[in-house]
Amino acid sequence: MMQAALSIVGAPRGESAGLWTLAWRRFCRDRVGLASFWIVVFFFGVMLASGLRLIARDWSEEVGVNYAPPTFMGTAIPDRTAPVAPDSSGSKSTRESEIRQPGEGGGIDIADPLADVLAEIRAEFSGATAETGKAPTLVFGGDRWGRDVLKKAIKGTETSMFVGLAAAVLAAFLATVFGALAGYYGGWIDDLFNWFYSVFTSIPYLLLILAIAAVLNQKGTLTVILILGFTGWTGIFRLVRAEYLKHKVREYIQAADAIGASHARRMFVHILPNVSHVILVQLSLHVVLFIKSEVVLSFLGFGVGVDTVSWGSMLNEAQNELILGYWWQLVAATIAMALLVTGFSLFTDALRDALDPKLK
Amino acid sequence: MFAYVVRRLWQIVPTLLGVVLLVFFLFTWFGGDPAYLLAGKISNPEQIESIRRQLGVDRPYYVQLWIFIQQIATGDFGESWSTNEKVSAIFATRLGPSLTVLVPLLVIDTLLAIAAAMLVAYVRGSLTDRMVMIGCTVGQSISILVYIIVFQYVLAYQLGWFPVQGWGNGFAENLLKYSLLPIIVGVIVSLAPDTRLYRSFFLDEINQDYVRTARAKGMSETRVMWVHVLRNASIPIITNVMIQLPGLLAGAFLIERFFSIPGIGREVILAVERSDFPVIKAVTIYVAIATMIINLITDLLYKVVDPRVQLK
Repeated sequence: MMQAALSIVGAPRGESAGLWTLAWRRFCRDRVGLASFWIVVFFFGVMLASGLRLIARDWSEEVGVNYAPPTFMGTAIPDRTAPVAPDSSGSKSTRESEIRQPGEGGGIDIADPLADVLAEIRAEFSGATAETGKAPTLVFGGDRWGRDVLKKAIKGTETSMFVGLAAAVLAAFLATVFGALAGYYGGWIDDLFNWFYSVFTSIPYLLLILAIAAVLNQKGTLTVILILGFTGWTGIFRLVRAEYLKHKVREYIQAADAIGASHARRMFVHILPNVSHVILVQLSLHVVLFIKSEVVLSFLGFGVGVDTVSWGSMLNEAQNELILGYWWQLVAATIAMALLVTGFSLFTDALRDALDPKLK
Repeated sequence: MFAYVVRRLWQIVPTLLGVVLLVFFLFTWFGGDPAYLLAGKISNPEQIESIRRQLGVDRPYYVQLWIFIQQIATGDFGESWSTNEKVSAIFATRLGPSLTVLVPLLVIDTLLAIAAAMLVAYVRGSLTDRMVMIGCTVGQSISILVYIIVFQYVLAYQLGWFPVQGWGNGFAENLLKYSLLPIIVGVIVSLAPDTRLYRSFFLDEINQDYVRTARAKGMSETRVMWVHVLRNASIPIITNVMIQLPGLLAGAFLIERFFSIPGIGREVILAVERSDFPVIKAVTIYVAIATMIINLITDLLYKVVDPRVQLK
């Protein structure tokens, strides 16, 4: 009798789909979401392949001539690769020096007295390296030292994406632990974590990051991950805490209490799976945020080390190259980043829609 | 009302104390002895010794903390370690340029974003709406660095419509000559996320019963949208604008750096590059105080905009 009753109750439950299956089905119906999912998967593949040193291992080798143009453009622009005519490059470097001027007041009209000398040196340099029989063109061009921009972009993808993911995981982990403790226990623990929250949020995000970067005063991938992770938990904390407040009074937690589950078990075995969709969406959202932050930090020179390439450090080099007319590094870094960030943002939207059908 | 303000001001105290402790321990523990940092910058050992004495490096932590609190209260953070300029003087001279760029930027961006969001929310689901939203998503995913680099290169360097960078002496010259391109770039960068956000605020309101009622009364669509919907959607919009206000004081780091605007943001970046701790400390603390006060003003504004809001 009992057996029969159980099997009646049990049978439909075994067949009905769970939260994640349902979410996956909803997700598959979203064509934009699915397309963005594959973009994200592709970038994951690139990151892993590069991380395992399967591709772009030799990114730092100087395979081409200085500022080798992309292959599809051919060597049709000789004045860019070959020694530059003194007059044209003279005027260019003059303007370049204007841009680099500290620019207090009327720095615009001052001609650089060293412009001609610099132009000569530059012409000598490009003449000297062009002889050594390096590739005149590269797939997507070369940088100042003739390194392959495409490989640099792949390596940059690895760095920037890894930093974004690792920092987001760290931030989500901290936020989950803090949010769980604050929301579940309430009382003075809640007050304590809320105090932390208000302290961290009363300093503008970028200012806080810069202040910490100034104090640590050491560059490196790990430093960036720690800075971003330890400052970026506040948004997720707020949401996780609210979810725990909501869940801790529900019947299933009372039931867990009745059968003697410990506080930790109730928090992380019973409630956590029920709020994990919120954390997942936030995690995905923060990956994008942290990738953008890493790019800015590395651009300013407070990010990854000099021996590592990231989209930010590529953009930093590209800024000066653009003035000389070498646009490919800028375009490569921009396209790689825009593609990943757009893909990840659309993926996050689709994820949210799939996991929380009540929205919309 | 008065009691509410007093209570909120009183609540600022523990948070402020937290910020002070955070900054203090950050710089005291991780920052190390300033003598090491200063050794490369200031050749005069007496001067280093005087800075160490001023900060109380050799004395117990509570004394150092007390010195720090005194510095905050009096606004006297001493001199910059790099330029020997008074920190208070740095604030006074850098705030103007920052505000010259950022106030018009915020005003123009907010007005444009409200108008654009209102338009796409009104024609929601249409091709226009979808194209604008896709455009915003893609536009948002391009780094702000790329916008600045490309705009500066094309509009200022190649076409010569604007000065590439720099800053003048008169307010009118700064605003109309040097600030124009930074403002344009800033508006373009912040327009995409703001339009998306404000559109969602309008969509929350646009299907409400009162909108139907207003239409049933025969009101013009313009009035329904610009008076009824806008007023109701204004609370989250105000929140979003006010969140950006403390950023005005901290300056726009990247824009100021690229365009060589002598504002607070550029000063902070320079200070980080030079490990100029007094400047960073002062900016962090004062911006945090401003943030807390702005949050209070925001809550009071809610009451002004929506009388139903209960301040408690």
